[in-house]
Amino acid sequence: MLIKTTTHSSCKEHQITDEKVYFERRDMLKKMGFFGAGALLSGTAGASVFDIFSDDQPTAIFKQNALKYSPAGDYNGTLTPEAKVVSHNNFYEFGAQKHQPAELSQGFKVNPWQLKISGEVENPLTLDHDDLYSSFDLEERIYRLRCVEAWSMVVPWIGFSLADLVKKAKPTSKAKYLAFETLHDPQQMPGQRSRRLGGGIDYPYLEGLRIDEAMNPLALMSVGLYGKTLPPQNGAPIRLVVPWKYGFKSIKSVVGIKFVEKQPPTTWNILAANEYGFYANVNPAVDHPRWSQASERRITTGGIFAQNRIATLPFNGYGEEVAGLYSGMNLRKYY
Amino acid sequence: MALTVSAQRIPYLKALVHLAALYPLINLYYTAIDDRLGADPVEAVIHFTGIGALNLLLISLLISPAAKFFKMGFLIQFRRIIGLYAFTYAVCHLLNFLSFEVQFDLQLFVDEIFERPYITVGMTAFLFLLALAVTSTAKVRRKMKRKWQTLHNFSYLIGLLVVIHFYWSVKSEIIEPLIYIAIYALLMALRHQKLRGWVKKIRPR
Repeated sequence: MLIKTTTHSSCKEHQITDEKVYFERRDMLKKMGFFGAGALLSGTAGASVFDIFSDDQPTAIFKQNALKYSPAGDYNGTLTPEAKVVSHNNFYEFGAQKHQPAELSQGFKVNPWQLKISGEVENPLTLDHDDLYSSFDLEERIYRLRCVEAWSMVVPWIGFSLADLVKKAKPTSKAKYLAFETLHDPQQMPGQRSRRLGGGIDYPYLEGLRIDEAMNPLALMSVGLYGKTLPPQNGAPIRLVVPWKYGFKSIKSVVGIKFVEKQPPTTWNILAANEYGFYANVNPAVDHPRWSQASERRITTGGIFAQNRIATLPFNGYGEEVAGLYSGMNLRKYY
Repeated sequence: MALTVSAQRIPYLKALVHLAALYPLINLYYTAIDDRLGADPVEAVIHFTGIGALNLLLISLLISPAAKFFKMGFLIQFRRIIGLYAFTYAVCHLLNFLSFEVQFDLQLFVDEIFERPYITVGMTAFLFLLALAVTSTAKVRRKMKRKWQTLHNFSYLIGLLVVIHFYWSVKSEIIEPLIYIAIYALLMALRHQKLRGWVKKIRPR
């Protein structure tokens, strides 16, 4: 159970735009947009195009704190600019359109927070807000992020190895899988209140890994990016990052990790099993039923004329590190 | 309610339609080229022009029932221009996909059209729309005589294909496409007599 206490440091109610008011106003604008001369304005181009939305900026911006971490070495490539990493998000709890999470999540409270590690472990534990940043040495890792929708980014994450957390919990011999769960708090997450805003998903969002996948050194529990703590739209205060899998596996705002014996249910797989598998390893040879996965658009800078289409690599280019996990498996069947 | 508009006013109203249809498009590409259209301007321009084409198509389908119901015959004079703007937005939508999404990878472009049902449906709708656009002039209309109306009745089929294309293209957020399907169904319901007449012709009792 999530026990909530109010602390002096947490954001006061009066400091943030009431999300209900905020959302309803936006909703109203959109509904009006369906009819009349405004019909063209409705749809997806979003706030930057039309001035009528310009007063919809949140009044309270979520405060990110600087982190202490060991920096990653030199990276020869182009990072996705921070402004794009924090404004283009699939986090349906805060709206199914890419620009919505950044707009609708700024009042999100991450302190207090509890991440509960439970199930088939000898040492069940709970990490409170401060523990997330102090229990393990933090390091920066620059990973490619490949979305199942065929776009990608390069993000400098900060976090610790999931393997370290697993070792601390001491899994029993029965622990074969890890079941992850995102916070369920419809009060704070408008997408969990409204099926329209939340994209018709049943919440809480669930994900899972096989325990050997979780033990792979690449699997990261991230608490920050670009030198600071995570903003809510990127999964504050703690999220998973598994860079060889499609982005939806990298579950955000995690409150529970349960060690279990059987393969746990996962959200997108429940929603459309023929389109999203449990494994969801990046694989250019296996297309999504509705689009090709052979190539991707890398989001960097330069507007629409940036020539950014690149070939997608097996395991998102991390085959050397992870292909061994799946030797002997038919990756067409276990997509 | 019968509203009449004098013939002299029509060109001004048409200029207004041009402005209302072109301004969002110019603004869209201006902000997209300037990289001010969110983190993924490619997705944004594809969605905007797609939704824009659908909105215009539905408006064009609303015109004749509205003209009849409100006895505003002058509205019919706006059907062609709005239909042509629906086509213009559809051209942009298709060119956006070709140039910015698949970035002129013609093999991928062709594969996607044939392999992805929702793109096949969208492309079929586009080809019908193209046929309507090239036969939209008064000269061609006179030449085609009664066949012209038969051809342009395909706009109902185009509407159906486009709402299916939208519904199939989304991951899970189906409510907006469902609203469009409902609007399309309403527009068809307004023509129930005409549609029923066709069904009777096909299946004589």
